[in-house]
Amino acid sequence: MIWNVPFITVALLIAIGLYAVMFKRNLIKIAIGITIIESGVNLFLITLGYRKGGIAPIYTNLPSGVKVPEGMVLPVPQALTLTSIVIGVAVLALMLSFIMKMYQHNKSLDSHSRRLKG
Amino acid sequence: MIYNEAIPAILIGLPLLAAFITPIINLASKKARNAFVIAILAIEELLIILLAWHVFTNGIVIYTMGAKNPSIVPLQAAVPVRIVLEIDGMAAFMGLISCTVAMAAGIYSIAFIKEGNGKARYYTLLLIMLAGMLGMVFTGDLFNLFVFLEILSIASCGLIAYRQHADAVEGAFKYLVVSNIAALFVLFAIALFYAQYDLLNIAAIANAMQYTQLDKIALALLVAAFAMKCGAVPMHFWAPDSYSTAPAAITAMLVAASQASLYALFRVCFTLYGSLMNYHMIGIAIIIFGLLSMFIGVTMALPQKDIKRLMAYHAISQTGYMLLGVGVGLYLLGSSDFNVYGIKAMEGGIFHIINHAMYKGLLFLTAGAIYYRLGTRNLNEMGGLGHTMKFTSIYFIIGALAIAGIPPFNGFASKLLIYEACYKVSPILSIVAMLVSVLTLASFIKVFHSAFMGPKMHDVKEAPKSMLAGMAVLTFVIIFFGLFPGWVVSHIVHPAAMALVEKMAYINAVMGG
Repeated sequence: MIWNVPFITVALLIAIGLYAVMFKRNLIKIAIGITIIESGVNLFLITLGYRKGGIAPIYTNLPSGVKVPEGMVLPVPQALTLTSIVIGVAVLALMLSFIMKMYQHNKSLDSHSRRLKG
Repeated sequence: MIYNEAIPAILIGLPLLAAFITPIINLASKKARNAFVIAILAIEELLIILLAWHVFTNGIVIYTMGAKNPSIVPLQAAVPVRIVLEIDGMAAFMGLISCTVAMAAGIYSIAFIKEGNGKARYYTLLLIMLAGMLGMVFTGDLFNLFVFLEILSIASCGLIAYRQHADAVEGAFKYLVVSNIAALFVLFAIALFYAQYDLLNIAAIANAMQYTQLDKIALALLVAAFAMKCGAVPMHFWAPDSYSTAPAAITAMLVAASQASLYALFRVCFTLYGSLMNYHMIGIAIIIFGLLSMFIGVTMALPQKDIKRLMAYHAISQTGYMLLGVGVGLYLLGSSDFNVYGIKAMEGGIFHIINHAMYKGLLFLTAGAIYYRLGTRNLNEMGGLGHTMKFTSIYFIIGALAIAGIPPFNGFASKLLIYEACYKVSPILSIVAMLVSVLTLASFIKVFHSAFMGPKMHDVKEAPKSMLAGMAVLTFVIIFFGLFPGWVVSHIVHPAAMALVEKMAYINAVMGG
């Protein structure tokens, strides 16, 4: 891979996401931050399974000249990523619906307008 | 014995299936729905007792999903191919806690949750939560652990926000953010393992573990994530908010859910890394987490006016005891002192897990009973409830004495083990533990006095029968454990502690040899 660009991207994405979750006051931005962290982790998983010039790991109609299994990308990280994406969608939907409810009650998206203190 | 090798799979599958049948039965009749849910929870309790009995007498149980012979793991070139459930003493022990608390919470909710506001969905989420907890403690596969962790946190958040107050939604949002970040840390650590060993099975990774630089990063991520989820002190801020705003029965479940994360922390420290890592350092780190949680938890609890918030801070402080006990065990792992008092400390810490789930569950349920009748959680508005809510006040006294460690209740038995063993390591640990115990008693005397004592101020009735029955389940366990601590320690707690220590038994059950 060119200069490990995917891994650097992973680190950047996770750092940006953590920054957003920790220092942003807008609730929607916190939700966006979590989604960015999740994209970073998913990218990391996919990068792990990458093989240079590899093909999809499907045995039917295999093109000639492909080494099995060295010429194929790893299927397991892709399965993990799919599961993680599905879970991520559920969490994001739940989080946004909570934010909606909180906006209805507080008339504000600022996390400093919270009610539970001490 | 009527034992079947499919029991581990049924235990996880049954509540998942029942969760989605519940709304259908709800269409026919509300009473049938209640009976169905309670029946399912009772069957779960029965099955987990059978399974735990089998594990405690015959050793580790393996169930391979989808294999012809589920008790044998199919290995291909030393890689276990399918998802494996692996139930050792510790997992069975945690399963017992989850099922017992779920049964008490289910019975309690019949009267506690009012009809009409989507109660069928409430039970659906409750059953999914139980399935998540059981899956988390039974699984032998790291990615599966991540999936069940997410199932558990999504179901819990839905339940915390069940009443849709502004407070409840805020508590649920905090919990969701914290648990989702924790879960993503776990997923990142899993990816680090997969990158190095091409494995996802816990036993297989533990077998192949080299303790490289990447493994150290994974260890830090996993410990941080699970400590965050179990509410240890630097990351405890979510616990009081979500514990105090959730419906009381769910708070009791949340206590058990936090302990499932605690289980995952112990599993990572002992089984995945064990003697490979610098267990002195990690042991000291866990002891410091424990001491901080104990002390800060109890001092934050003292000035609280909201009864459930006060109890939530106590939950943080009690988690400290478990971390302290098991941390001392980890610190001494491998030294000659381990067999003398290290194992005692671990037994104390692990015994405290089940004790805490029982009495803290009971206390939250009594707080829920007060809220049900009075409509407030503010201690200043309570008073004289002991005149009419007689059973509730008796349950509260039992729970309060148990949490403060007064004999003959169960808290005393586990705290004594922790005091004795920690004293050998450093007297300061025991002194802090006893001080925290005294402060706990002080703050519960405050609650008892302001809620139950004094002249009659409110014209309230005793809590409904189903709520009293739910509390009775937990009270029975507390008194039983308090009266026969020796039997419980030698038959249930000791196998659980040994299951954590004997790393090779866990590995060999999957890898053979």
